[in-house]
Amino acid sequence: MNHDITRASAAELADALGRKEISAVEVTQAHLDRIAAVDGAVHSYLHVDAHGALEAAREVDDRRAAGDDELHVMAGVPIAVKDVMTTKGLPTTCGSRILEGWIPPYDATLVTKLRAAGMPILGKTNMDEFAMGSSTEHSAYGPSRNPWDLDRIPGGSGGGSSSVIASFQAPLAIGTDTGGSIRQPAAVTGTVGTKPTYGGVSRYGLVALASSLDQAGPCARTVLDTALLHAVIGGYDPRDSTSIHAPVPQVVRAAQRADVSGMRIGVVKQLTGEGYQAGVQQRFDEAVALLVDAGAQVVEVDCPNFQYALAAYYLILPSEASSNLAKFDAMRYGLRVGPDGIPDPSAEQVMAASRDAGFGDEVKRRIILGTYALSSGYYDAYYGQAQKVRRLIAQDFDRAFAQADVLVSPTAPTTAFRVGEKLDDVMAMYLNDVATIPANLAGIPGMSVPSGLAPEDGLPTGLQILAPAMADDRLYAVGAALERALHAKWGGPLLANAPELPTAATKEA
Amino acid sequence: MSDAPVSYAPSGGPDEVCSYEDTVAAYDPVLGLEVHVELGTKTKMFCGCPTEFGADPNTQVCPVCLGLPGALPVVNETGVESAIKIGLALNCEIATWCRFARKNYFYPDMPKNFQTSQYDEPIAFNGWLDVLLEDGSTYRVPIERAHMEEDTGKSTHVGGATGRIHGADYSLVDYNRAGIPLIEIVTKPMTGVGDRAPEIAKAYVGALRDLLRALGVSDVKMEQGSLRCDANVSLRAKVGDDPGSEAQQEVPLGTRTETKNVNSLRSVERAVRYEMTRHAAVLSAGQTIVQETRHWHEDTGVTTSGRVKSDAEDYRYFPEPDLVPIAPDREWVERLRASLPEPPAQRRRRLQETWGFSDLEMRDVVNAGAVELIEATVAAGATPAGARKWWGGELARRANADGRDLGDMGVTPAAIAQLDGLVQSGRLNDSMARQVLDGVLAGEGMPLHVADARGLAVVQDDGALTEAVNTVLAANPDLVDKIRAGKVQAAGALIGQVMKATKGQADAAKVRQLIMDTVAPEQG
Ligand SMILES: [Zn+2]
Repeated sequence: MNHDITRASAAELADALGRKEISAVEVTQAHLDRIAAVDGAVHSYLHVDAHGALEAAREVDDRRAAGDDELHVMAGVPIAVKDVMTTKGLPTTCGSRILEGWIPPYDATLVTKLRAAGMPILGKTNMDEFAMGSSTEHSAYGPSRNPWDLDRIPGGSGGGSSSVIASFQAPLAIGTDTGGSIRQPAAVTGTVGTKPTYGGVSRYGLVALASSLDQAGPCARTVLDTALLHAVIGGYDPRDSTSIHAPVPQVVRAAQRADVSGMRIGVVKQLTGEGYQAGVQQRFDEAVALLVDAGAQVVEVDCPNFQYALAAYYLILPSEASSNLAKFDAMRYGLRVGPDGIPDPSAEQVMAASRDAGFGDEVKRRIILGTYALSSGYYDAYYGQAQKVRRLIAQDFDRAFAQADVLVSPTAPTTAFRVGEKLDDVMAMYLNDVATIPANLAGIPGMSVPSGLAPEDGLPTGLQILAPAMADDRLYAVGAALERALHAKWGGPLLANAPELPTAATKEA
Repeated sequence: MSDAPVSYAPSGGPDEVCSYEDTVAAYDPVLGLEVHVELGTKTKMFCGCPTEFGADPNTQVCPVCLGLPGALPVVNETGVESAIKIGLALNCEIATWCRFARKNYFYPDMPKNFQTSQYDEPIAFNGWLDVLLEDGSTYRVPIERAHMEEDTGKSTHVGGATGRIHGADYSLVDYNRAGIPLIEIVTKPMTGVGDRAPEIAKAYVGALRDLLRALGVSDVKMEQGSLRCDANVSLRAKVGDDPGSEAQQEVPLGTRTETKNVNSLRSVERAVRYEMTRHAAVLSAGQTIVQETRHWHEDTGVTTSGRVKSDAEDYRYFPEPDLVPIAPDREWVERLRASLPEPPAQRRRRLQETWGFSDLEMRDVVNAGAVELIEATVAAGATPAGARKWWGGELARRANADGRDLGDMGVTPAAIAQLDGLVQSGRLNDSMARQVLDGVLAGEGMPLHVADARGLAVVQDDGALTEAVNTVLAANPDLVDKIRAGKVQAAGALIGQVMKATKGQADAAKVRQLIMDTVAPEQG
């Protein structure tokens, strides 16, 4: 194992823990030290739970010392959780002022699974408010930074979860992906992230942005680590009606075998070329060539309705969000403010004032959009049409998957942009997700794996893999094969090229 | 729905009304009834919380029914089953595929600020229910739909004069009720009802209540709010004397009002009647009806203006993305259909035949709400005629006088069966039986016990009775001669004297027998 604990992969840590070469407390403490050193600069965490994480680690060590053979293979491997998942006793803000100080009385199902596996939860990671954004710049608590260049964004909405693993503050993280919020941050930070099949991981305890699109998933630095976490959190949950009643696909085995021989890989015509940064396109083409070298065949597939995906997405998401976010009304929990100049305000006036003070501009923008799209007289033209587009996109995927076992594209059209660069250009910000959105609309799984550094700016680029529903294992087969070929080419992982971060200690010095 | 968004009109003075006769002389009423039934499931519609009535506030709640961030609903299968049963019993079609929808509006007693309901895809639709009216005729109520939804929490507005949110000092919210399964049953506009509109409204809600009780899906207690009725009323110009005529049906519907809070059968009738007379007064004065929600006041018997309800009111319905569609398996539906209890109307016909009641007798029994009670009393051993006599007669009179439900009189079918048995066996005569009933109603115990305690019994001791008869015969030789001469009716006077002498405790038939045996044994 790598002798710097925080540089080790989750698989290596699990292995060393299992062989009692290190203790869970050591692993957890090493990450807490790393957090103390670098998170001031990166700002991945909204809340760090040193006490709870060490307590959980100690329990794992005690159980292991007592010869407990029921311990999960991942026991003692720490993890960071996106602040959109409820955690009993730990603050859950969703990056919003309106939930400042709210401590949920219950754990999300996937958090229950993490705890049951003995994985210490280091803390909660930053995100765009209610997962609305592609940069974390819409977090009410300030943006996270890209460890490759602290002036740049780490992607969004899960920029806390991507930067936390890219800066070695956690080996694993939980993300959520409504339109690309796991995959795009992974792409721009040189990490791996999977959006599982819709219904593959329970949404119970995931504070909903858009219920029909949201999906929690694993983030890690290697494909195998991502698969290991996927296996922990996946599976049917009777508390989530949309959860799929089927076993978790064999993701770990697929990642270990890394076999693409005979696999048909479809390049989506609509998701390449125009609109994609040259270096992003170049690294994508090279990666596809490597997959061919590994035994795959390449076909081009046509998905003509993808051109409407972004428009449909920005009707469905705000519509559902406008309803999902209605519960934040200051009546039962969260921020409550009285309206100015009204001495004896009504419940409605308090609701309005609290929502005005508690929600940021992007959230308000989408609530207004969604409220409009669902209004009587507009419903058919907006929400109704968008649902039709959704069906057409699913049909495009059906046809494409008849020709290919997986589809590939660049994950994001560009490398990480500078903080503030696109904040005033809403459309430019939304276009970041043009390649990732179709998978959410169709409910199929997708993954982003690093494909290299763009020659023009030296920043990470990502390759997206898409598979049919419940064929998540194919993502890992392709991702692991590509990772193996690229590591051989680079002589090691991409993140080995990331710059050293300024630490709290060096700053003081 | 409970009170949705705010904007309550200021309360003005009492409204003008027309007389009922003038109202129905000039206008043709059209009714629409929306009934909400709380299902009697053990758990709520979308979570596992218990549904018991009367628990301490906010003790039957969880992240789901409190709408906490991240929580998700899961459909209660028993709730769906009850909805299908109700749909089938109302002769509805059952959807092969339907969804829940979100009804979006802000109100503090609604934890998510949307209600999970059904919109354009109800589980049951297009049915009917026959209701029996007092004159023995039947009105077929057309059913638009029956759909599933969740109840809201309950607000208590403290301070202020009206007990409503407007003007209150503060409000308390109890979420125990939030998420309790509701079925909303909506009629199509009921036309051709004429001056019988209030009666039909009451008969429909009563018939629905009986039906739901027979299905065993709800305890249908109007006083606890497990069955709630909203009454839509509109008037249109009357054409001729036949409310069912084609010409009448061609007259466009008038503007309707929706009266909420109508929570007893009697109130349904009164509220419809009141709204009809109020509409008539407004229309007769050349003014227009405001489309609005009205609140019914049980105590004063009037409605007052609630919120103005425009057609533009927008709940932004859309399919609930947190729940999967419901596609009831056809075999399951047919199994449920086969398991339905006999429809109340059909059951009544069968019982009438079994019991041998005349149409008139059966109608009285139905109107008195005594069918189930008589059935139970007969099952406990009473004769049908005896059971009818007590429930349909004496007890119905007393219930009516006290304004109580027949079932709430504090006397059980078993007690009435015992009372009837005492009469049939000759132990009690009618006047004694009534005294025993007084005792039972006064809580003195079962009839046998009361009769013993009060020393009530027809004199059965032949020795004592023979002595009384002989004394009377000896004192009335002239009457004895008349009987012997064939004037048998003269025995009546002798029987009267014997009854008087025994303080009414003798069995009159027995006395006659003894007299005839003594005076004219050959005719006995
Ligand atoms: Zn509950």
